[in-house]
Amino acid sequence: MQALYAQLLVGLINGSFYALLSLGLAVIFGMLNIINFAHGALYMMGAFVAYFLLNLGGINYWWALLIAPVIVGIFGMILERTMLQWLAGLDHLYGLLLTFGIALIVQGVFQNYFGSSGLPYSIPDQLKGGVNLGFMFLPIYRGWVVIFSLVVCLATWFLIEKTQLGAYLRAATENPTLVRAFGINVPRMITLTYGLGVGLAALAGVLSAPINQVRPLMGADLIIVVFAVVVIGGMGSIMGSIITGFALGVIEGLTKYFYPEASNTVVFVLMVVVLLVKPTGLTGRAA
Amino acid sequence: MKNTISALLLGTAIALSVASIASADDKVVKIGVLSDQSGLYADLAGPGSTLAAQMAIEDSGLKAKGWTIDLISGDHQNKPDIGTTIARQWFDVDKVDTVVDVPNSGVALAVNNVVKEKNGVYINSGAATSDLTNAQCSPNTVHWTYDTYMLAHATGQALVKAGGDTWFFLTADYAFGAALERDTTAVVTANGGKVVGGVKHPLNTADFSSFLLQAQASKAKIIGLANAGGDTTNSIKQAAEFGIVKGGQKLAALLLFLTDVKAIGLETAQGLNFTETFYWDLNDNTRAFSKRFSARMKNSAPPTMVQAGVYAGLMHYFKALEALGGNPHDGAKVVAKMKTIPTDDPLFGKGEVEANGRVTHDAYLFEVKKPSESKGPWDFYKLVGTVPGNQAFTPLDKSTCALLKK
Repeated sequence: MQALYAQLLVGLINGSFYALLSLGLAVIFGMLNIINFAHGALYMMGAFVAYFLLNLGGINYWWALLIAPVIVGIFGMILERTMLQWLAGLDHLYGLLLTFGIALIVQGVFQNYFGSSGLPYSIPDQLKGGVNLGFMFLPIYRGWVVIFSLVVCLATWFLIEKTQLGAYLRAATENPTLVRAFGINVPRMITLTYGLGVGLAALAGVLSAPINQVRPLMGADLIIVVFAVVVIGGMGSIMGSIITGFALGVIEGLTKYFYPEASNTVVFVLMVVVLLVKPTGLTGRAA
Repeated sequence: MKNTISALLLGTAIALSVASIASADDKVVKIGVLSDQSGLYADLAGPGSTLAAQMAIEDSGLKAKGWTIDLISGDHQNKPDIGTTIARQWFDVDKVDTVVDVPNSGVALAVNNVVKEKNGVYINSGAATSDLTNAQCSPNTVHWTYDTYMLAHATGQALVKAGGDTWFFLTADYAFGAALERDTTAVVTANGGKVVGGVKHPLNTADFSSFLLQAQASKAKIIGLANAGGDTTNSIKQAAEFGIVKGGQKLAALLLFLTDVKAIGLETAQGLNFTETFYWDLNDNTRAFSKRFSARMKNSAPPTMVQAGVYAGLMHYFKALEALGGNPHDGAKVVAKMKTIPTDDPLFGKGEVEANGRVTHDAYLFEVKKPSESKGPWDFYKLVGTVPGNQAFTPLDKSTCALLKK
């Protein structure tokens, strides 16, 4: 029983990465209608920026949490301005292929310069060590990841669903012409939204840098799972992607305990089941 | 008429001489480096193995003696089907004589069958499975550098003797992990230890926390990591996070490469015990080679033991070719010749290619240095002990290789 609690908690930790990443994807898909396959590469860039900040600029983890998403976000906005915006009216497939290509190029460049085995990034001193919860030893850093990402997820949800700015955004997705008629600069808003989604990916990258290796392929390994999370949760649903992210982390954690060999396929089995039963995803509405 | 007859005779003579050239030994060799060029083993083998092969060709001096040696490389992406497809194409279309490196035991075993079928030469350096020279041994295969038997015996035995008598395994769920766990379990139980549990994880796993918690709950004194590359570095890094070593359990990195230590960082890796057969800073010869090697590597990395094995294996192969006086394009014949010549190279020292294809050379027990002890960017290891070549690998009387039962 104790082991079960521990696995549930570990699942939540992984779930927080899934949630942060799928949230970014959901924001981008919901607002821009782009299936952002470059998300994994941008997540990886977040981790690398944190590494460079520390090793070249002496800038610590806490600043990296702020600076890395901004830098990668700006990179994302440049991508949107120079490439993605031209695909606005076209089929989803074009955006998917373009972003997939971008992901391969970015990963290739990083792999060329940094190899494949990765670079070390250590846990900030303030978050080192752990607490004994009785049923498990919880590293403080992992606890921090869960709480921090939960806060970020909810804040993003609040921003988009409950504020004036979010209302503009949602309106602009529904009917860009009409919103533009009200004097709102829709293209700029879309660029900023893409930057926000990308920033979330980079933030997840910084969070994961001390846990996993900072490796060029760290995003490629993760992104497929995250896409499955988004599909299960329902494309474009903000709350859906947060909840499914955490839930799937837990389910995966339990699989690792009961039948570890299946732990990297269980998410896809669920995806197939969900698609068969409810093709729009758990929280998605029919288009 | 006379002219026609003489032309015919001349033509026949030319045809005959061409035919005799084709059937006799020529001095043309084509080598294919089949490796993981972009995945989790790319740093410990990959492009560095190709460079090592290139250096072996240059250092052999065969080109000056009229030999033509071509080198190509391929990326098996850690997939056995891709590996065998490339190997087949190399033999059938590109007329490759020799396949070298091939990390990833799953791919290595699959390619082993292709090379045997095509009667090529297979110099494996990157793969760990001891099956290559046991149940699946082949007259076309030479296995350099290391294997699971050696790792299990050197590291496993040392740890059990130091009091680590209960073990829990984290095992990569494919041929290599299974072989390493099997061979280590044999050593542990033979030395009076006990295996209390284990968990098999998928290859290329990012998060090990669930598995580490199970290992922690098992209360085993030693957590044996029967995995490699990125899987090992993530396990070690996350084990530190979960306080496993501080809690009194010890990690046994059964297979750890120089590039892995670099990726983990000395801060976390310090104190780990493991076994390798080559280290760049071992002696003057290894330092000299490593200096030349890293000068040509993109990130100035010194060679790993796998890359060193590619170099040494090819050097020995060239010696055999030279002794044969030409390339017979008959893999089994060349490998048989390789077995008759004792190995002696600057990187691995003296040894021999045994009848089952296993190359024996010394193995070294290392400990990862503390950050304060490290004097340079790749100064990572302290030599703790040496296992002589004739004790490090499977004794021939215990080998299950069919080649030995004649």
